[in-house]
Amino acid sequence: MLDVRGLKKTYQTDARAVEAVGDITFSIADGELVCVVGPSGCGKTTLLRCIGGLLEPTAGEVRLRDRPVTEPPEGMAMVFQDYGRSLFPWMTVHGNVELPLRQKGIERARRGELVGEALHAVDMAYAGDAHPWELSGGMQQRVAIARAIAYEPEVLLMDEPFAAVDAQTRADLEDLIRDIWRRYDITVLFVTHDIDEAVYLGERVLVLSSSPTVVQEDVGVDLPDERDQLTTRSDQGFAELRKHVYAQIQRAKRTRGSEEQAPSHQPA
Amino acid sequence: MRRGALTLVRVLALPALLVGLWALATADSHSYYISTPKQVVSAFADTWIGPRLVDDVLPSLGRLAVGYLVAALLGIALGVVIGRHARVRATLEPVLEFFRATPPPVLVPLLILLSGVGNTMKVLVIVSGCVWPVLLNTVEGVRGIDQELIDTCRSYRIDGVARLRHLTLRAASPQIVTGLRQALSIGIILMVISEMFASSSGLGFTIVQFQRTFAIPEMWSGIVLLGLLGFGLAMAFRAWEHHVLSWYFGVRGERAGA
Amino acid sequence: MSAAAPAAASSSAARPARRRRRGLPRAVYGVAGLVGFLVVVQLVPTLGIVSERYLPPTTKILDALGQEVASSAFWTAVADTMQAWAIGLAIAFSAGLVLGVIIGSVPFLRAATSSTIEFLRPIPSVALIPLAVLVFGTGLQSTLLLVVYASFWQVLVQVLHGVLDVDPVASETAHSFRFGRWARVRHVVWPTALPYVMTGLRLAAAVALILAVTAELVIGAPGLGHEIALAQQGGATADLYALVVATGLIGVAINVVVRAVERRALHWHPSVRAEAVT
Repeated sequence: MLDVRGLKKTYQTDARAVEAVGDITFSIADGELVCVVGPSGCGKTTLLRCIGGLLEPTAGEVRLRDRPVTEPPEGMAMVFQDYGRSLFPWMTVHGNVELPLRQKGIERARRGELVGEALHAVDMAYAGDAHPWELSGGMQQRVAIARAIAYEPEVLLMDEPFAAVDAQTRADLEDLIRDIWRRYDITVLFVTHDIDEAVYLGERVLVLSSSPTVVQEDVGVDLPDERDQLTTRSDQGFAELRKHVYAQIQRAKRTRGSEEQAPSHQPA
Repeated sequence: MRRGALTLVRVLALPALLVGLWALATADSHSYYISTPKQVVSAFADTWIGPRLVDDVLPSLGRLAVGYLVAALLGIALGVVIGRHARVRATLEPVLEFFRATPPPVLVPLLILLSGVGNTMKVLVIVSGCVWPVLLNTVEGVRGIDQELIDTCRSYRIDGVARLRHLTLRAASPQIVTGLRQALSIGIILMVISEMFASSSGLGFTIVQFQRTFAIPEMWSGIVLLGLLGFGLAMAFRAWEHHVLSWYFGVRGERAGA
Repeated sequence: MSAAAPAAASSSAARPARRRRRGLPRAVYGVAGLVGFLVVVQLVPTLGIVSERYLPPTTKILDALGQEVASSAFWTAVADTMQAWAIGLAIAFSAGLVLGVIIGSVPFLRAATSSTIEFLRPIPSVALIPLAVLVFGTGLQSTLLLVVYASFWQVLVQVLHGVLDVDPVASETAHSFRFGRWARVRHVVWPTALPYVMTGLRLAAAVALILAVTAELVIGAPGLGHEIALAQQGGATADLYALVVATGLIGVAINVVVRAVERRALHWHPSVRAEAVT
């Protein structure tokens, strides 16, 4: 479904070249939920933006269903970290969720259905007429997620979406994502700095190295499909995976990226 | 009920006091230059409520409306283009800075030269003065649009006219409205000046005529009329602003309370 | 899947990173724009697109400007305009500042005067022109009446906003440290209000120039505005344009000076602050 090959992104500042992303290669199959973690500053956001077509890579390519991604492709939706700034304050919740659908050319009746379903899926059906700034942070993020779902994407990209909400809300939203992922059978690429979250959510966890960033390890998560905050997080397997990923990240922080390259997909 | 009455008192107290002082000051000493309130009121009624309303006042307001709207459309259109393209902005900046710093009334003789002394000249004067605040504020507003919103639009493939309508104009609207407000006060000033300077009709001309013919109470009534005009338009604008920017005041209220 | 060797570059390889500052520095574009504008003004009349009677070419305008600059009458006019501007601005600024601080600090005064201020503020100062002529004739005082009236409101409104913007927490902190009234004004109110005061100064300076020139134009008070009126009446087109350009340049100069003053006065202040919505 989604192929990233040799992706490289270098920023040219006046003084020097900053290699945000060194050489990243991985694939995601249809319907997978893959998490990406790494030490801070390792270019996770840059990577996601390249995949999403918002940034042009310096080298390498991204392919969606074997078609190259040069600009934001149809069939991909992105949820940003700063929900407060990605929702349009002059529109209501309903308007915000509906806008991309209007752009897609979907006619009114179907739009209403999609918006209603999406808001219902994120538990925000009652807030259709509110404005984003009238809602709490967690609610705003739910609206952003609803907007992405209503768009009926094949791939959902999420850029540390829960970094700015409180722990309680985060737990609810994590479960929401897994629920939506299963229900709509979307492919999800989820970037986070939270190791627990990555292991809890993902079927696979891609651990990135520090700059120049490469995929340090591709960790398979062999936890059961039915997960919940209480039992899964106290599961023995969860703890081991978590420890392993944590160790990988510590290693990533100490060594330079080009010395590490991921062997193929392997369980912990 | 009591709160309403208190508000009324608060609003009218000082003005009533001032008018009272004015009446007192002019009651006994027959000052030549300052008419009594009573004289001004009756002059107002005699002068402006009648044919002059149609012959002078309405055409003046009409020219103001036309000039203002043209300036608004021009300013916003150009402002969006310039605001979006950094290189265009950098290229035009010195020239725009120069035109913005030039006092608009100075262009009146220039425009008389170019377009005579008719309606065209007066409308052009208003346009030439009003376009700058709108243009410059629109540029600022477009420049300052949150990158995250731009990315969201790109990510959902919203571009072209839809993006202009739903993102650019809306996001920049607080700044654009500021420009429109500044343009309104300049427009009124230029409307009056263009008529005082070289005209034989219109509001400005009439008032200057009164002064030249020493019709003092009438002159004062004209000044009062201009004051009411300025005040009325400012109030109307504010009401419109609150309607168009209701979301913006909501956001600011949230931020202030947070 | 992934291999140790880096993948070969594909079709989208080796494009410059989006954030790189490509091309020339800003100033070059600006100069190019200015030069381009001058060239256009030169070509349009020369090529006959617009008659030279209406738009003299750049060379003629610059020539006339040069002659103006060489003549003492021009500088007298500039001095007259600047005098009216400076005196008017000084009066308006002091009055606006003092009254703004007083009214802003006393809630009762704020409430009592708000309706009057809201009514008087939008009155176009040009409405006072007939009155000015009647009472003061065509001298400096007429100009001052207009300049002071218009600039005063700019300063007053900004100062009011500034005084009102004082953080109540900061004010209470000062109070708890037993700052007297005067100390509070110095250490809490003034730093908060200063950016607004500077904004008020900037707006008032611009408005003062506009009104000064307007008064000279319409009333005939001595100054650049009057010279411009004379040039127009006498049909001296190139002179007219030259004087307009000179006035514009003075406006730019005032802008630059005031912004420099603003930066100096606020160098300690985070530059992110919104101009009070007037």
